[in-house]
Amino acid sequence: MNDGVEQTRGLSVLDRPNSYIGKTVPRPNLDRLMQGRGLYVSDMTLPRMVHVVFLRSPHAHAKILNIDSVAAKAMPGVIAVVTGRELADVITPWIGVLTHLKGLKSAPQHAIAIDRVCWQGEAVAAIVATSRALAEDAAEQMSVDYEELTPVTNMRTALDAETPVIHPDLGDNLAFERNLDAGAIDKAFADSDEVVEAEFVFGRHTGVTLEPRAVLADWNAGEARLTIYQGTQAPHMVQNISAKHLGLEEAQVRVVCKDVGGSFGIKVHIYADEMATYALSKLLRRPVKFVADRVESFSTDIHARDHVCKGRIGVNKDGTITGFEIDDLTGIGPYSMYPRTSAIEANQVVNLVGGPYTTPNYRARTRVVFQNKNVTCQYRGVGHPIACSITEVLVDLAARAIGMDPIEIRRRNLVADDAYPCASPSGMKFEALSHHASIDRLLSIMDYDALRAEQAELRKQGIYRGIGIASFVEVTNPAAAFYGVGGARISSQDGVTVRLDATGSVVCQTSITEQGQGSESLTAQIVGSVLGVSMSRVRVILGDTDNTPYGGGTWASRGAGIGGEAALQSAKALRKNILDVAAAILQAKPGDLDIVENSVVDLVGGQQRIEMHELARIVYFRPDTLPPGFQAELMATRHFVPREYPFAFTNGVQASWLEVDPNTGFITLLKHWVVEDCGTIINPQLVDEQIRGGVVQGLGAALYEHCIYDERGQLTNANMADYLVPMSGEMPDISIGHVVSPTMESELGAKGAGEAGTAGAAACVANAVNDALAPFGATVTEIPLTPRLILTALGTI
Amino acid sequence: MTAPVAVSLTVNGERIDAQVLPRLNLADFLREHLGLTGTHVGCEHGVCGACTVRVDGDIVRACLLLAVQTHNASVETIEGLSDSGEVADLQAAFCNRNALQCGYCTPGMLMAAQDLLRQNAAPDRAQIREHLSGNYCRCTGYHAIIDAVEATALARRGEQP
Ligand code: FES
Ligand code: FES
Repeated sequence: MNDGVEQTRGLSVLDRPNSYIGKTVPRPNLDRLMQGRGLYVSDMTLPRMVHVVFLRSPHAHAKILNIDSVAAKAMPGVIAVVTGRELADVITPWIGVLTHLKGLKSAPQHAIAIDRVCWQGEAVAAIVATSRALAEDAAEQMSVDYEELTPVTNMRTALDAETPVIHPDLGDNLAFERNLDAGAIDKAFADSDEVVEAEFVFGRHTGVTLEPRAVLADWNAGEARLTIYQGTQAPHMVQNISAKHLGLEEAQVRVVCKDVGGSFGIKVHIYADEMATYALSKLLRRPVKFVADRVESFSTDIHARDHVCKGRIGVNKDGTITGFEIDDLTGIGPYSMYPRTSAIEANQVVNLVGGPYTTPNYRARTRVVFQNKNVTCQYRGVGHPIACSITEVLVDLAARAIGMDPIEIRRRNLVADDAYPCASPSGMKFEALSHHASIDRLLSIMDYDALRAEQAELRKQGIYRGIGIASFVEVTNPAAAFYGVGGARISSQDGVTVRLDATGSVVCQTSITEQGQGSESLTAQIVGSVLGVSMSRVRVILGDTDNTPYGGGTWASRGAGIGGEAALQSAKALRKNILDVAAAILQAKPGDLDIVENSVVDLVGGQQRIEMHELARIVYFRPDTLPPGFQAELMATRHFVPREYPFAFTNGVQASWLEVDPNTGFITLLKHWVVEDCGTIINPQLVDEQIRGGVVQGLGAALYEHCIYDERGQLTNANMADYLVPMSGEMPDISIGHVVSPTMESELGAKGAGEAGTAGAAACVANAVNDALAPFGATVTEIPLTPRLILTALGTI
Repeated sequence: MTAPVAVSLTVNGERIDAQVLPRLNLADFLREHLGLTGTHVGCEHGVCGACTVRVDGDIVRACLLLAVQTHNASVETIEGLSDSGEVADLQAAFCNRNALQCGYCTPGMLMAAQDLLRQNAAPDRAQIREHLSGNYCRCTGYHAIIDAVEATALARRGEQP
């Protein structure tokens, strides 16, 4: 651990002249996107391509009595109208469970509903036509008879005896329950000076990728092969799952992922309508394109959060936190999502509450219930914003109960920076975290004491500003523990192939994907640094199951830490091969040579010996001149997966400075700070912008974003005008600092940074609001923090 | 459905004569008829700004305008502004500042930013934030975009950042 962005740990293969590691270099290929010359799936067309539009249920829960498609089939341009029953001949149903989530149950889900719809927005028929407009016209001619069933919408009563069971075969509406009891919480609370409790409510929200989900499936009957163009974070997962349910061999499916207009976890799943699109292409033997419109996105893209959680914290007058207890409840919609399941978020909440703190006393229960709303699943930060908000708001309430400053109570309870490795009460293993150094860094960049003085001064003038702090832990670099051990065929390892081409440039194929995080850049930076080749001579290929090694993709903050290490190791292997060739050509020893700036040089003295393009020319065109028996190998592949730690935990701390208008309930964000420790930083700018983007998504959830359902299970704000997302005018500038504790699991030492922003943003905003409202004695423990909520807390309405 | 209507317009300086259905919006016309897929569609109801283009010098939401309404108009898209070099410095600033991640909002964002800089050579951060408030970005958190626009404004005035 050390403070600041500079790294002191000697990384032999990276710590080289002209290394790109730790440097801000512009991402390759941005011009294409800036000039409007990217290729998103929504831009693509293929010969004979047709468009599918899904007719979706207007009811949250209903029997399908009859589907009349005669009129629709007669409409201009219509190729086919396909029901769930017809499509079931082409694609099999699935059940979203994993064995390591003991007891998790779900019901079979079909690509298109058969007999019954379970949420408003579930597809009941597919209308395929020569254009999307014509398919939409035809959809209006469809006539479906429904018999409405009682919808289960309130998660708090979902388990009551009077509540109908959504899937009678499952026996009840409980999808999953987990209980954890560590230490001795009852005794700890009984012995505490204060026990503070609160009920937390986390609204449902969703990712709102600016490009909606899009897929173009092309079954070539002549090749018996399906090519799926899809904006996905996990191409090999899509390949495996689609093949399985279409009755194909994996080799019969190719998944290609070009530019992706935002993902954030929304595009790491496989949706029923996407499965239906693959199946329709097979059925109709031609390319079929599906692009969700914005209304469909809101009612079918996975939602997240939707938790109600009672939390308790014990504290002594000296500031010692004695324990945490939570009782969490979440509604996940009618099915557990496939293949990653909808129990992971609740499971993470149990794993992460109290994570930064030393207390060994922790009891948790979570219950995951079915309801007739859209499904929930993993969205950026999975469980983190919930666990962090519960923990950090409780810590602030405890501090207030004993009259201690929020920074001071954290200092007294955060795990010491020299106490690692250690484990949390929930069994999470921490390799090396830096909570205290992070707080130090935060206080210095935000000038905490000056802000406190300003706050006190302004209060005298009737201006209510608040400071909120939130420490957090963050799960990154997941190994097989996340999905693989539960039976999901989702790879936790990644692979990279590097090859020197005949002109001395490098082609690099990686199984991680790019959705704007900078996967191409970090891969090229690592490969260029290790090989001694300029980044401009490294071309990165990703997002194609035919042309990359097998791997997991980019999700759960794994791209840099796992894919980056595979890149490093493959480049090392190629470097060795190149030096072997050079030694053969130069009649030198490989150990006496180095590669610097696209040339092989003497290790000592740096004298240039042979340029890479010349070496490549000899290998490819004049191998006859190499020594007899010598075979050059200018291509190398390596894979990587962390083995010792199931996750590389990172940590950080955020702070918010905001103003609350007690008359209107409006919150104005003034400034936001983040200190993050993601280990080795490959490109500081990429890390900072990941964090900023994540913070703003977290701020959206904290203040605006909410999928509002009525008691009938109708989503009432499924459009961008009524579902509010952060706009530039409302967002603050965000300052970022770093502490660097590399992971020793890899030579690279990088951990992830993608969830950090989202993890702590809502928690520190809630704490800042409560701090601002302190003179009124009001507290809020619900998000989004709408003006109505604030005014209610103030007793104004 | 009514019959197609003839429209004539210029798009990025090129004369276009086409037959379009009256209901066809400008975004779909640009994307599907002319292959100008740099104009993106994020909401199709006038909120997100991804479809921002210039019509007769003013920025508009292409999803809210019908193609037939552009008869005799001059339409400019991101492809046109890129090829003419009009926004080359702004694009370079976006690149330097990593002011785009997925890039889906970027064409519309560049359109809106250029519009601001044409009206106001010295906008402050709050004014930049305000002017771009109709353009959603889900990836960047906006900070880098504001930095890039601010840097471009400074450079165009010949000042150092
Ligand atoms: S697509 Fe036109 S404003 Fe969103
Ligand atoms: S860069 Fe992805 S929406 Fe702005």
